[in-house]
Amino acid sequence: MNKGLSADHLLGIKYLTKEDIHLIFETADSFKGVINRPIKKVPALRDVTIANLFFENSTRTKLSFELAEKRLSADIVNFSAGASSVKKGETLVDTVNNILSMKVDMVVMRHPTPGAALFLSRHVDAKIVNAGDGTHEHPTQALLDTYSIRERLGEVAGKKVAIIGDIKHSRVALSNIFALQKLGAEVMVCGPTTLIPRHMAQLGVKVEHDLKKALSWCDVANMLRIQSERQDINYFPSIREYTMQYGLTKEILNNLDKEIVVMHPGPINRGVEITSDVADSDQAIILDQVENGVAIRMAVIYLLAAKIDRV
Amino acid sequence: MTTETILNSKQFELTINRLCYQLIENHNDFSNSAIIGLQPRGIYLANRLKEVIKEKAGIDVQTGGLDITFFRDDFRRTDKPLIPSATNMDFIVEGKKVILVDDVLYTGRTVRAGLDATMTFGRPSSIELMALIDRRFSRNLPIQADYVGKSVDAIESERVTVSWNEVDGEDKVTLHKSDHE
Repeated sequence: MNKGLSADHLLGIKYLTKEDIHLIFETADSFKGVINRPIKKVPALRDVTIANLFFENSTRTKLSFELAEKRLSADIVNFSAGASSVKKGETLVDTVNNILSMKVDMVVMRHPTPGAALFLSRHVDAKIVNAGDGTHEHPTQALLDTYSIRERLGEVAGKKVAIIGDIKHSRVALSNIFALQKLGAEVMVCGPTTLIPRHMAQLGVKVEHDLKKALSWCDVANMLRIQSERQDINYFPSIREYTMQYGLTKEILNNLDKEIVVMHPGPINRGVEITSDVADSDQAIILDQVENGVAIRMAVIYLLAAKIDRV
Repeated sequence: MTTETILNSKQFELTINRLCYQLIENHNDFSNSAIIGLQPRGIYLANRLKEVIKEKAGIDVQTGGLDITFFRDDFRRTDKPLIPSATNMDFIVEGKKVILVDDVLYTGRTVRAGLDATMTFGRPSSIELMALIDRRFSRNLPIQADYVGKSVDAIESERVTVSWNEVDGEDKVTLHKSDHE
């Protein structure tokens, strides 16, 4: 009866089954009900302690995780790399083990190094939730994105989703591709040649360089931000040129023969990858994504907490 | 395993009717009252009460279904299902007289969770409890029902099941005894 997740940690979408994703969605449906009640809190995790370790900047993901944890009544401790012993030369495993000896059951971690979450799961005794590891995966973002598609369009299977922008530096893109494919959607990536990794086609993903063609193909367009902070060289001549070729405007949307759903994981660079009138239109579900983020993270944490050793 | 019928369909109907009259007596026109069934099986009782009160008194009582999974006290302690049933509460309970209903009152732990869950929809003016079957002498918590369909004395190894016409094809209450007790 107690059929939980197949995985012990949430390291990436790659390690989840389709059934896991559906289980997370169903649980999130209930939590979405909870966060819309007058009292938005349940006592389920009152004996669980969670550490949020952010070795890289984050506003909304951190806030969303914190809110999810608090609405589940977990005790939480926060840690940011800026103010930590990491700067004094401590290793990741040492840092985390020190925190765990204070009896922490679960670790939510964002780290600039791809694979950091997987590494941690092998060396420390706690449930690990990957909140973004470098350019690798950002599983909760992909879960909330696909959940938002399911909410708007009824289901994910059979839908055509175009991920547009800086694919190369985006963990959101990779996690989304895995999640969408596991749920039976067709995926296309679109952007300048320099921002699309060469082996994309091996993932069974369509590659397109023309924004208008991508938009007329898809049901959903997920617009990604240009990750200037991860770009060591110039991948395109100028932001202005990028905007002219890949910026989504109301005019382009109106010229399509159908109404597509527009998504954005945030933070938005208004006027670069998406104009304000698109971001604020009814076609955009950007703020729904943020709301769903809390419900999805509650579901993930709740289902993983159920796997912590019995009291 | 031997089974014994506690209520057959005729007795079942009489009991439900009596419970409805008791509610009508205490809640008059139900203008400020709401019946909340505890998921999964309490909702059948809530729906039946709504139906019969409508038939007997012509009043449409506000009813809801409440899931208590996230409010249980045995998370990580038992193999109880993780995934909740639906909560259908299209009203808030602020200032209302709530009647919490369930099919079987046993340890009282579900009701304890139900009280907490109800309060997340506001502060009701009062909460009453109705159980179709009250398994006496088996409470883990100091919780008693205000309205009882029938009291049953059953030991721990025995099971009481309530069948509903709409899902099980018949209204009936059965006691299951294991033979080697």
